[in-house]
Amino acid sequence: MLIELTDQPIHVAAVLDAVQADGAGAVNSFIGTIRNRSTGRRVVRLHYEAYDQMAVHQLRKVAEQAMERWPMLQKVAVVHRKGTLEIGDVAVVVAVSTPHRAESFAACQYIIDTLKEVVPIWKKEEYEDGTVWVAAHP
Amino acid sequence: MKLSIALFGITREIVGQPQLELTVPEGQSVQQLLAGLQQTYPALGELRSLAVAVNNEYAQPDAPLHERDEIALIPPVSGG
Repeated sequence: MLIELTDQPIHVAAVLDAVQADGAGAVNSFIGTIRNRSTGRRVVRLHYEAYDQMAVHQLRKVAEQAMERWPMLQKVAVVHRKGTLEIGDVAVVVAVSTPHRAESFAACQYIIDTLKEVVPIWKKEEYEDGTVWVAAHP
Repeated sequence: MKLSIALFGITREIVGQPQLELTVPEGQSVQQLLAGLQQTYPALGELRSLAVAVNNEYAQPDAPLHERDEIALIPPVSGG
């Protein structure tokens, strides 16, 4: 299991390599990237902040939950970026390997969906005329 | 007892510092801590949600806090 929070660019191929397993017939991945628009406003860049220690702990728990739910999971890798990211940069990579493809889609989606709900990482969108912490207010 | 509370994201900006040192009654609960903080910093009450983490886990509202706990405020997360 590869779990990492980094302020350096994520090498997607290295994350995929980390889930390579002889028992795997499928590798599935999700790559989250920085988009140039948000709720109709032009986004210039994003600033990610994390509660490092808890974020890594919670990421590990999410991966462990996935392995309990899909016992056929061979390997799991989650790498999340922090710091300032520009448009097109990779913010997160989730990769899983399983014997067959159906479970690889399900497990990969579970991990990214749960990550977005529980892992203490925050992003602030920077526009040409200000900044907003995403989802902070109703 | 003395508590040290780590602040991140919008909570850090609302409070204006990355860490708060508070003296509270022994056995104060998560809920009581939040109520006190929201009274001092009303903008905390305007957030979509505000959780408390104790030793890297989300804490229940009635959980008692201890002096050596690692405590943090967790505003709505937005990773990914």
